[in-house]
Amino acid sequence: MTKVDIISNVYEKVGFSKKEVARLVDTVFSIIKEVLEEGEMIKISGFGNFVVKDKKARRGRNPQTGKEIEISARRILTFKPSQSLKKAINS
Amino acid sequence: MNKAELILKVAEKSKVTQKVAKVIVDTIFKGMEEALARGERIEIRGFGSFVVRNYGAYKGRNPKTGEVVDVPPKKLPFFKVGKELKERINSRS
Repeated sequence: MTKVDIISNVYEKVGFSKKEVARLVDTVFSIIKEVLEEGEMIKISGFGNFVVKDKKARRGRNPQTGKEIEISARRILTFKPSQSLKKAINS
Repeated sequence: MNKAELILKVAEKSKVTQKVAKVIVDTIFKGMEEALARGERIEIRGFGSFVVRNYGAYKGRNPKTGEVVDVPPKKLPFFKVGKELKERINSRS
């Protein structure tokens, strides 16, 4: 599934042109991205939560050379699926 | 931000009614749920991708009682953040 399929799904439900629907779907994802960029989580009930986490710097190893390296502090995005999504996938 | 707040924001930004914004948001995530339930991969450029991973059965332990339990095989969705979004989020840390 790509954005084209998502646009088709929405197009079947609303009375707008494909072009307008594409713009609306883009708006949804750009709002989500802006919120996550601010470090705030996105909770979609029935689907899951997108959570921004701060990771501290830590020591790691280059798996190829075995050389110890410093992994810098970073901010990452994680997804926690809802119970209902996990159920839908396993049913 | 929860789904209701997202719907309000979509309505405000795209000048559609809240009712229409709700249909749009619900349809997007319902469709994604159905795709994952079919075992399909989802790729949204500029955002990220979702894949379903299969896990075999294994023996686990009830952390409270220490009792050995059989964990049946299961499938779990995984999200991989897209490069652009990953960089945008990290640049704010």
